Amino acid sequence: MATDRAPAVSPPGIPRWLQPLLPPLTALLIAAVVGDLLILTFGQSPREVFRLLIEGTWGNAYGLGQVLYKATTLICTGLAVALGIRAGMFNIGAEGQLALGGFAAAAIGLLLPAGTPALVAIPVCVAAACAGGSAGAAVPGVLKARFGASEVIVTIMMNFIIAALLNWAVATQLNVAESLHTPEIHAGAVPRLAAVSALFSGSAANFTILFALGAAVFTGWWLFRTRAGYELRAAGLQPDAAEYGGIRVGSVWLRTMLLSGALAGLGGVNYVLGYKQYYEEGFAAGAGYLGIAVALVGRNHPAGVVISALLFATLSQGALAVNALVPKQMVDVLTAIVIIAVATAVPEVERLLRAVRGKTA
Amino acid sequence: MRKLFTVLGVLVALHLILLLVEPAGASKVATGEGVDVGIVFDVGGRGDKSFNDGAFIGAERAQRELGARVRFIEPGEGSDREAGLRLLAAEGMDLVIGVGFIFTDDLALLAREYPNVKFAGVDYAVALDSAGNAIQPPSNLVALKFREEQGSFLVGALAALVGKSKKLGFVGGMDIPLIHKFEAGYRAGATAVCPDCTVIAQYAGATPEAFKNPGRGQELALSQYQQGVNVIFHASGSTGLGVFEAARRQRRLAIGVDADQYSEAPGYILTSMVKGVDQAVYGAIEDVRAQRFEGGIRQLGLAEEGVNFIDDANNRSLIPDSVRTRIEALRQDIIAGKIVVPATR
Repeated sequence: MATDRAPAVSPPGIPRWLQPLLPPLTALLIAAVVGDLLILTFGQSPREVFRLLIEGTWGNAYGLGQVLYKATTLICTGLAVALGIRAGMFNIGAEGQLALGGFAAAAIGLLLPAGTPALVAIPVCVAAACAGGSAGAAVPGVLKARFGASEVIVTIMMNFIIAALLNWAVATQLNVAESLHTPEIHAGAVPRLAAVSALFSGSAANFTILFALGAAVFTGWWLFRTRAGYELRAAGLQPDAAEYGGIRVGSVWLRTMLLSGALAGLGGVNYVLGYKQYYEEGFAAGAGYLGIAVALVGRNHPAGVVISALLFATLSQGALAVNALVPKQMVDVLTAIVIIAVATAVPEVERLLRAVRGKTA
Repeated sequence: MRKLFTVLGVLVALHLILLLVEPAGASKVATGEGVDVGIVFDVGGRGDKSFNDGAFIGAERAQRELGARVRFIEPGEGSDREAGLRLLAAEGMDLVIGVGFIFTDDLALLAREYPNVKFAGVDYAVALDSAGNAIQPPSNLVALKFREEQGSFLVGALAALVGKSKKLGFVGGMDIPLIHKFEAGYRAGATAVCPDCTVIAQYAGATPEAFKNPGRGQELALSQYQQGVNVIFHASGSTGLGVFEAARRQRRLAIGVDADQYSEAPGYILTSMVKGVDQAVYGAIEDVRAQRFEGGIRQLGLAEEGVNFIDDANNRSLIPDSVRTRIEALRQDIIAGKIVVPATR
């Protein structure tokens, strides 16, 4: 688990601001070198592929918009997983909670009468998304808090149950002929970034990213500035000690799971309110699982989650841009290598930094 | 600490060196004369041995025979469908193809945004207005639709003539109009050659999962075989694998769908009703090249070789010559319009 305190003593010769950046930087460099080699095995020039990747993502407003769009969902699922890990729980159910959140937002958007003012409709739909996600997380939360059932197993199984349930609902209750989506919502649409700047035109980026960033700020405040957050971290570090210290760990777990589900569910508004205005089966398939990687690379810190969500969103959008030269699977492999490199290189570099610190102290 | 910086230094150096490597065969993004075609597959579509792979085969053929330059995009998630189409359209491709009905909304949107680019949607879902008339797609967009009922008609007749039973089986995937088309054609074909034959039609479910449930497919097929059915036609995705398993166990016959499924249960597959996705994609590219592309709805039936059934070295021995002549006569009648195959139950 990440340490939040800056080291008391800086190792000599390394600026203080650089220290937290060194571990991820090392990991990214490793990934870049492996990526070069991979590209060469496809007989392509690494320079050309990386140029296309950057050009297609941060190189123009449209690409940037797509990155922001993808990052919005990933921030939410990343925060959901990170919060769980801080409490010592592995929420693998973000995938299902995200889908449930999107579905709930669409269902409420359909129930609201057309013409409901946005100031009412948007908060109601967003609240529905959070509630939907929470509902999906409540089952593993209760089973864990009450019976000690492993949240890993229960959340994985919930993903299947939720997927089947939503498939059924869309196929039989809310279907539009020859499609896999619900009708368009009547109210609650969030404008796209293109509405204020024509530069973004065509991109799916929308103002729900503000909700995601707000959620990151909220999560940071909750974790590090509230009593509940203190209890959460204590339960995560050492549940027995926390219990002994007077913290009711079971209820902390339940509370955390509900909040985690709400964060994942919030991710659903990106597609449903901001992009398509309907719920579609598999609208963000994989974003829940990728949230685990986002949390890991982001060191379970809200600011880190935002940055790593941007990184993975860049890779995902970049995959489309380089698809002309290398198969999409290459970028999938590269994404996996980033995750592995972070998982191995980061603790190693930190160990080195600590060793130096120990010597100078 | 020095160790860390050494490692970092080596990594940076390695990366910079590798960036300078320029393999001999490296291709730049193609530009120049000839038709530029972009194809976006569905999420996870490539390798489905059916729809998406069919489009790939058609495009490869166009590459070979028409000199078309084709770019393929495999989306990673739902929003990538639009992004992929847009990427290709923005690059000024001559033709952009979306594979699967799920591209319908995105294609219609982009066709309006890029009036100078031509678009094609395989299985594009044509919406109906309130009066029940088809809403025409934009003029630079062609909807490639298949008359599955016509192909199903022929395999229905074949099943009735070969099956030596008054009962025929049908296993559908999801209970939706798209699959009802197969059932309606199959039923009509069977009764056309055998008026007192009956078709037992069952569906695996009401959700998309019904297309991925081989266990359910086997269950339905076994019960149908036990009721005296000798041939079962399935239109149910991988649920059909269960139907084939039942055919193998009961030593009866089954009919595949979309692609030639003979290899799934050699000897027990009477034939397969195939959709010519490859032909449709190739045709669309050819039209653009010959500058005779026309937007609108294109229904591909037996006449256009949009649908057909497999009759090759593998299954020839299962189909008697007298039956083959009879089926070919039916095919000509449908093409000539003497037989109109119903598309609804």
